[in-house]
Amino acid sequence: MTEATPKLEALSVGQELPRLEHRPDNVQLMMYNAALWNGHRIHFDLPYTQEVEGYPGLVIAGPLIGDWLTQCLLGWLGSAGRMTQLEYSNRAACYIGETLTSSGQVSSIDLKAGTAEITLAVLNEAGEVITPGTAVVAFD
Amino acid sequence: MSVLTPELLANIGKQAPPRTEVVTRRDIRKYSVATAQRDPKFMAGDEAPPLYHVALFWDVVPLEELTPDGVSVDSLLPKFPLERAMAGGLKIEYHQPIRPGDVLVSNRTLTNIYEKEGRSGALIFYEIVMQVTTEAGEPVLTETTTRILR
Repeated sequence: MTEATPKLEALSVGQELPRLEHRPDNVQLMMYNAALWNGHRIHFDLPYTQEVEGYPGLVIAGPLIGDWLTQCLLGWLGSAGRMTQLEYSNRAACYIGETLTSSGQVSSIDLKAGTAEITLAVLNEAGEVITPGTAVVAFD
Repeated sequence: MSVLTPELLANIGKQAPPRTEVVTRRDIRKYSVATAQRDPKFMAGDEAPPLYHVALFWDVVPLEELTPDGVSVDSLLPKFPLERAMAGGLKIEYHQPIRPGDVLVSNRTLTNIYEKEGRSGALIFYEIVMQVTTEAGEPVLTETTTRILR
């Protein structure tokens, strides 16, 4: 991590977190669902996924997308504090082959409490928010 | 007309039996590799990434209990009159990090069932709270899941 860790006093509302790109392939998606022990066919059985469920491709697992929000947040926060709360919802599906982007923006700052709220989002290639979220971080 | 009968609503408050799981460095590393973590402490398995508990407490059931699409049915849920799952949300409060060697207990409760009128008919919402604690009962995290059925 080459960037300096953020300081609460130096934050400003609207400030953007460094964005991350995510492009999972079949191997990563298989390993993710194996780590969970999730046998849902839409994540590995392409004929089933297309012919029975009608999706264009293998569906990227919802909590994996949620994980990217935390990677964007923690990659920025580093050792400056900790995440005390995370909230997100998977609004639209995305598929193997897509490149997704995780992003964040400081939405409020509470100097007294030593906390900041960050608005998070995973975007698809069209720039649409597929998974919005928020997190609260407590600075040390 | 309500799609939620008193019998369905009587499931609010239902609790799943507590589950105890042991956190291993190997499992943290598998999760970290599979999610392409960027922080070396996660990749080394010294500490678990924030959503590792999703893997730790995922249901493990015999093959014959899986539906044909490979999904395990949540035993906390009654049979709802609507079955198509829509987007859901997750809210997690974190109290302390998870590390290898931790023995964690999860307690899941079906905390709410309600309905709303959507553009194309009734929607059923349900909410499950999972409290993860140490064996001594210290809070580790609390996760609230909301799902929508149409």
